Amino acid sequence: MKEKISHLDWLESEAIHIMREVAGQCANPVLLFSGGKDSLCLLRIAEKAFRPGRFPFPLMHIDTGHNYPEVINFRDKKANELGERLIVSSLEDSMKKGTIVLKQDDEPRNKYQSITLLEAIEEHEFDCCIGGARRDEEKARAKERIMSFRDEFGQWDPKNQRPELWNLYNAKVHRGENIRAFPISNWTEMDVWQYIEREELELPSIYFAHKRDIVKRSGAIVPITNVTPVRPGEVVENITVRFRTVGDITCTAPVISEADTVEKIIMETASTVITERGETRLDDQVSEASMEQRKKEGYF
Amino acid sequence: MNDTNKNNTVLRFLTCGSVDDGKSTLIGRLLFDTKTILTDTLSQIEKSSKKRGMSAIDLSLITDGLQAEREQGITIDVAYRYFSTGTRKYIIADAPGHEQYTRNMVTAASTSQLAIILIDARKGILTQTKRHSFLTKLVGIKHIVIAVNKMDLIEYDQEKYQSICDDYKIFASAIQLDQPGTKIQFIPMSALNGDMIVDRGSMIDWYKGPTLLEVLENLDTREDIKESALRLPIQYVCRPRDSDNKELHDFRAFMGRIESGLLQVNDKIKVLPSNQESTIKEIRIGDKILKKGIFEESVTVSLHDEIDVSRGDMLVHAHDELRSTKGFTAKVCWLSETNLSTNRTYLIMHTSRTSKAKIASINSKININSLALEEANDLKTNDIADVTFKLAQPLIVDKYANNRGTGAFIIIDESTFHTVGAGMIESIDK
Ligand SMILES: Nc1nc2c(ncn2[C@@H]2O[C@H](COP(=O)(O)OP(=O)(O)O)[C@@H](O)[C@H]2O)c(=O)[nH]1
Repeated sequence: MKEKISHLDWLESEAIHIMREVAGQCANPVLLFSGGKDSLCLLRIAEKAFRPGRFPFPLMHIDTGHNYPEVINFRDKKANELGERLIVSSLEDSMKKGTIVLKQDDEPRNKYQSITLLEAIEEHEFDCCIGGARRDEEKARAKERIMSFRDEFGQWDPKNQRPELWNLYNAKVHRGENIRAFPISNWTEMDVWQYIEREELELPSIYFAHKRDIVKRSGAIVPITNVTPVRPGEVVENITVRFRTVGDITCTAPVISEADTVEKIIMETASTVITERGETRLDDQVSEASMEQRKKEGYF
Repeated sequence: MNDTNKNNTVLRFLTCGSVDDGKSTLIGRLLFDTKTILTDTLSQIEKSSKKRGMSAIDLSLITDGLQAEREQGITIDVAYRYFSTGTRKYIIADAPGHEQYTRNMVTAASTSQLAIILIDARKGILTQTKRHSFLTKLVGIKHIVIAVNKMDLIEYDQEKYQSICDDYKIFASAIQLDQPGTKIQFIPMSALNGDMIVDRGSMIDWYKGPTLLEVLENLDTREDIKESALRLPIQYVCRPRDSDNKELHDFRAFMGRIESGLLQVNDKIKVLPSNQESTIKEIRIGDKILKKGIFEESVTVSLHDEIDVSRGDMLVHAHDELRSTKGFTAKVCWLSETNLSTNRTYLIMHTSRTSKAKIASINSKININSLALEEANDLKTNDIADVTFKLAQPLIVDKYANNRGTGAFIIIDESTFHTVGAGMIESIDK
């Protein structure tokens, strides 16, 4: 009797296995939850890994304070439904403490997330953070480990990563050191959408086509919000868009799309010609190697 | 071919070749011709190609990785790439050459089912080709594609191609790579022009075999789950202890990934190393109640009897003769820059169990170029040796040749916690 499980089952099983290794090896892990689609997949995987028991870790959101209300409401609702503990660590607290000093009020805050994350890791003494990063997202991630080692300063050193063989994951760390675990490393954007469809996962509404006020600014579509106001001379348009990633408002751009169901998004993703980050992350385009730089500084 | 087929299976493979054999170009070609490369990536590559003074798009830049290596112009670590066709999702482990070759290749091969070994048609079989082939065999890969690349540079000469294949067959039988159960296929190609990778092209009409993509698409990845013994290492024990819910109050379930075989409800099982027996009451994945669990599935099982099971234990069928052991001999690939010290204690991580271990003896070392056995007293990076271990705690192991999941282990340095070695078990102490 010859058998092989389907690719979604395989990816799911691998991710469950990784989460259970975190639970088995780490004393005090945490799952980073943003309300975004990748972290929603992680939650479903955690359910399959640990139910009927509780999750062996709390959820944590690094809140930049620049979020779409739909996403924050969804985040809270989801944590509530699951009955799991949600920790919100906010950049505003770091700003009050003086550990984050903005150069400008309206500057993109994504790059400061690592500071708040590292402070939260220290405060709660987390030895492992589970995140939803994928290797197909960006070049600098293609060599990322599934269990990625960070030193006491949260730094990622590409030359000092542990070789990872078979499905044996070494998550051992000393006090102060940290592992970032990426259960969906081997998933592509398409896999994520197919999984969302199969599992009938609920998503924040801004992932689906909706009407929104935007301006077109140097080739990108910029949504008009209280933190991203219209500039003099710009023309505000109201068009149908959806978001492919949800993050800090100031650095997440929507795409023009009529796709208002998961099925339609899958069809669109299948025929799409621009990678997810290239299209919608305004902050990665600065330099080809900018993501790598940020990873070295402790960002995911 | 950004597919939407939900019934894809997964195939993992690695590519190996010496520097400049065309490995990066080949991967770039696979991704490009299956339409996996998206336009913003392409425009970046175009920019980079121009910066380096190249006019056409250099496909090898697609697989270029991190800043540090771009600066040095070399690749230093295994990178993973993805593409998908109508029938399959592919995960490529791209193992770069240079000094760290052995270590990188063993890492890349450990998760792969197929290896593509590149040969430059002008050069034929080199020492490196032999090294790659030996490592492929060591890590137990059963499907090998010999990609004779740069055929355009030898005018697509069939005779020259044939003589490379003949040479390789002689070598393969000398190192006993051509065992029953291992399949070796030869393909003439030009990665640069795209001949015989995804498209056949028009230059190699004399070759009637499959293209590279056809080989990948048609490979049977299924496992004979009835033939192989059940191995379910327990990773985690679930005890909800929910006092409000009568059903859950005493509920205990055991969680892990099936490394081989088939598990069915009502199967008689035993728990190793305690040898306590029971029967399977329920198998599930999340809310889904299953009649059976198979190879590679992560399941949650409960038993009819209340017996003690913890992380690191293994469920096998009751009639299985498998026993735990406190010693074995294995082929070890040393990964660390710090040499192995026979005086030290190491940690061995095997399935979900970890034990302290001492080196009983280093029996021999393999000269990776001549493949001859040599005497050895220590091991340094990239060495491959035959090592006997004594364990502090029992481990439940199989021979690697019989079971990759339960025959493999990693060695961890007790003080730094770095992963310093990888092992494949060859014989087990009674
Ligand atoms: N003529 C020809 N050149 C090739 C072929 N494949 C690769 N090359 C060239 O060989 C050089 C090395 O290729 P690359 O893919 O970087 O090799 P790698 O070091 O193995 O990754 C590059 O200049 C390629 O353009 C081929 O099939 N024919």
